[in-house]
Amino acid sequence: MKRKTIGLVVVVGLVFALSSCGSKTKDADIKVAAENVLAADPACSGLHVTINDGVATITGEVKDEATKTMAQKAIADVKGVKSVENNATVAPPPPPPVVPSATETEAAALTKAVNDAIKDYPGVVATVNNQVLTLTGEVKKADLQKLMMSLNSLKAMGLKSIDSKGLVKK
Amino acid sequence: MALQDKYKALVDAANTSGVNNLQVREQGGVLYIDGNAKGNVKQQLWDIYGKLDPDYASGDLMLNINSVAGVIDGSKLKVTTKESNLNIRSGAGTDFPIISKAARGEIVTLVKKENDQWWVVKTDKGKEGFAFTQYLTPVES
Repeated sequence: MKRKTIGLVVVVGLVFALSSCGSKTKDADIKVAAENVLAADPACSGLHVTINDGVATITGEVKDEATKTMAQKAIADVKGVKSVENNATVAPPPPPPVVPSATETEAAALTKAVNDAIKDYPGVVATVNNQVLTLTGEVKKADLQKLMMSLNSLKAMGLKSIDSKGLVKK
Repeated sequence: MALQDKYKALVDAANTSGVNNLQVREQGGVLYIDGNAKGNVKQQLWDIYGKLDPDYASGDLMLNINSVAGVIDGSKLKVTTKESNLNIRSGAGTDFPIISKAARGEIVTLVKKENDQWWVVKTDKGKEGFAFTQYLTPVES
């Protein structure tokens, strides 16, 4: 008798569980399939998908509009997906470089301008590499500000930064 | 935004002291501050810079304040060399021969801005040639 009762409870419980969680289980399966689709494409690595009653919602960020459209089509093709809500956002383009890269002629002009600027500071040694200036040697503390002022203005000629850690200030 | 915090006092001063075309941008670990301002404003900003970053040694700021952007052709310029005379050359570069000299403190006239480093100037004696702008200070009228 006791055994029968337990059996009945289990059966009833199972039926109850299946009927109430049926769509959720299905959504979870669709989600797994949809996530696999996204995972297959590195361009979609910034995307997430949720499924609710067969409706897929895409969120996250992609690099362009084409990727966003492509992700929507791919998710729509997943078995069990009834419709797709595409809430993915397109990342803004990166800002243009503050200091544009220089041609060989421009790099040579920059090196020349640097050498002109340090001409009156005999102890100062300058090397320019990839538009970055490295200062070594030594300079009088009193002259440092004026030297740095004129070197900073060379940003207009393509100078990106100045490394003066190796410059001794007397 | 860490650099904007480090140099906040400088950026604030640039904003309040009327720097024209002020641009503040951070990229690749360097804060770029560009703009045009009068010589005394440039000096004040550089003094603030020196307090925030002693000896200007961090290498994380490019302070490009142009104090001569508004100087027009025909303006009077004072020769502000350290002690020597100002070389006037036949072209824009120290590799061009010296064709004349202007004494420290002498007033010359701006003929043309060749670029930000070299201007064509004319002395009162009528000698004309290229001089390094670092040693020319506009005479405030």
